Amino acid sequence: MGILIDENTRVVVQGITGREAASFTEWMLDYGTKVVAGVTPGKEGMKVHGVPVYNTVKAAVENHDANTSVVSVPPRFTKDAVMEAIDAGIELVSVFTERVPRSDVIEMIQFAKDHGARIIGPNSLGSIVPGKAKLAAIGGPTEETNKAYTPGPVAVLSRSGGMMTETCSLMSVNGIGQSVAINVGGDPIIGSMFHELLPLLEKDPETRAVVIYGEPGTVAEETLADYIKEHGFSKPVVAFIGGGFVDKMPGQRFGHAAVIVTGKKGSVEGKKEALRDAGVLVADYHSEIITLLKEVLKMK
Amino acid sequence: MRLYEYESKMLLEKYGIPLPKRILVKTPEEAAKAVEELGGKAVIKAQVLTGGRGKAGGIKIANSPEEAKKLTEEILKMKINDFPVVAVLVEELLNIDKELFLACTYDEVAKQRIMLISDAGGVDINEVVEKDPSRVYREWFNPFYGMMAFKAKKMADFLKLPKDADRALQSVIMRLYNLAVDYDTTLAEINPLVLTKDGKIVAADAHIEIEDDAMYRQQQRLEGMGIHDRPSTPREPTEFEKLAEENDMSDHRGVAGRAIDFGGSLGCIIGAGGGSLTTFDAILRYGGNPANYCEVGGNPPVKKVYGLAKLVLSKPGVKGLLVCHNVYSNSRVDLVARGVIKAMLDLGINPAEYPVVYRGAGAFEEDGYAILRKYGVRYYDRRLGMDQAAKLAVEMLKLIEEKEKEGKSLEEAQKEVAQYIKTEEFVKKVLGEEVAKKVLEGL
Repeated sequence: MGILIDENTRVVVQGITGREAASFTEWMLDYGTKVVAGVTPGKEGMKVHGVPVYNTVKAAVENHDANTSVVSVPPRFTKDAVMEAIDAGIELVSVFTERVPRSDVIEMIQFAKDHGARIIGPNSLGSIVPGKAKLAAIGGPTEETNKAYTPGPVAVLSRSGGMMTETCSLMSVNGIGQSVAINVGGDPIIGSMFHELLPLLEKDPETRAVVIYGEPGTVAEETLADYIKEHGFSKPVVAFIGGGFVDKMPGQRFGHAAVIVTGKKGSVEGKKEALRDAGVLVADYHSEIITLLKEVLKMK
Repeated sequence: MRLYEYESKMLLEKYGIPLPKRILVKTPEEAAKAVEELGGKAVIKAQVLTGGRGKAGGIKIANSPEEAKKLTEEILKMKINDFPVVAVLVEELLNIDKELFLACTYDEVAKQRIMLISDAGGVDINEVVEKDPSRVYREWFNPFYGMMAFKAKKMADFLKLPKDADRALQSVIMRLYNLAVDYDTTLAEINPLVLTKDGKIVAADAHIEIEDDAMYRQQQRLEGMGIHDRPSTPREPTEFEKLAEENDMSDHRGVAGRAIDFGGSLGCIIGAGGGSLTTFDAILRYGGNPANYCEVGGNPPVKKVYGLAKLVLSKPGVKGLLVCHNVYSNSRVDLVARGVIKAMLDLGINPAEYPVVYRGAGAFEEDGYAILRKYGVRYYDRRLGMDQAAKLAVEMLKLIEEKEKEGKSLEEAQKEVAQYIKTEEFVKKVLGEEVAKKVLEGL
């Protein structure tokens, strides 16, 4: 059983008739993911790469037992699409759309919480359990996906979609595969932060180590550090934070309130310090991730 | 989008939050007249899109219309944190008893709106709260329930103000929350919120930011109030940045832009978002001197990459090039290669004789490599880490500059280094034997 998804996951793609959604639907199918239905209001009866399209998620669930959704609709319709999926009984929603206003994001997250569903994203390129299944556009076409993502013992969580593929590719070339890779999303408020995914990785027997790819801004990494300190985590964690130079750039402005809410400034140095303090191995250079992983996995 | 104080106050006024009497002016003469209207004394406040204006001398008290004229003249000439002062707000002097702090923003971890209230209002609120977190009270809001009167009551009660002031404060709290929700603010802050000696609650300063991603549903009514969308960059873009932006806007497909001028000698064509951050970090950490930052991703067409590469290569001071991208799943390696090569040829540069470190991998990589091979450019694939590519480029630039110091012309230095960096010796020297062997094998 994979983390979040596996070969039995039954996916519905909301917004399947869109250009991007149609092409990643093809990639998902080709990779072996069970895309069982699509939803685009007013386009029921159409097929996209052989996948039947419905007007509502309810119909997709009733006719095809979909349990997971990938949402790729314009920003202004995203909140409603996510809530429609959850209302229809979908348990996992991966939101591909970016630029969704935060007040919509907090509503869809609250709705998920109230209904016991999980959201990945928004602004997530997707997730993958190599060799089993993948959601949304992660890795691109199968040939490219297979070059970057290989099965193995390391879980990768990343705020950047592009750098997740880069990181996994570098790991794969060095003989280190992945148990799962999740692009948590590049936005300030997301459904599943690093620390909220950690319990899944803790209990997954195949995961022996975790790699975190962080970025400047928000307190995602600091919160992860706090979580590890408070709850403990039995597997080694390696982290890299891109964009340290942003700390020194002009124009990084925060209102008083933003700092008071968290007591933290979201700077890259602050994140690294917090993570080190929690026992995380922090790489200063991206390729150091490999060196550190080889150490913790006791590879030569 | 950050609003000016006077714009923020227009919104507060719309929601019935009490404000000082105030007049917005754009000239020293108007300021003098405004002070006269306000009774001969007033505060002169710089209107600028940055904080810290008080400490920078952007807020002054004028005791006469003449003084107002002089102060306004000075303030209008100021730049604060590189931001220009666009106008001056002349405001009635308040009889201050207490300075409070009230704000509504998002809590990313709780994933809800949060309101903060404190009696430690004023410019040093952060320092005070850092020392004593108990000076601030926090209230979170479930978006489906929104504001409820008891929440405002709890918040106001934290400050234990006299009865009438307490009521007025509750009303301000509820109104500010409603404003925040209605206008998609990422920050709505009143600091200080003043309790006057005669017991009134007045918003003396305000700082509102509206979420850029919500502008599609806010722009129209903001325009209706005379509030226009604006870039939030602290300084005017340089010529290079302007041209890069124009080039990027020339086609909606993909990104080949977001350029920032750094004035150094290593030209950079890097991407995508996270890839740019990672590469750029490494350049700086290795002591490099980049000419620019940029982002290339989302599968831009050849002409956009070409336009950007041409700008970077012809940028004054650029002596060598780093092309470095994370593994592409949708952008095409061959399109990027084509754009870069075309730019070189158009500028009369022979790609085989120009110092360039090229690292690219992913979709259509074989086609990309074929183009690079054809023009004699040494390239690296996914086996070379992005930071390792940056290190090679930084060392390459050092060699060019050393040769220049020895008295060689830039062209001679570039030509010699362009050949040397293609040798195994160079890669071994910079990255060590083991890595060199691995990344060069089969190339």
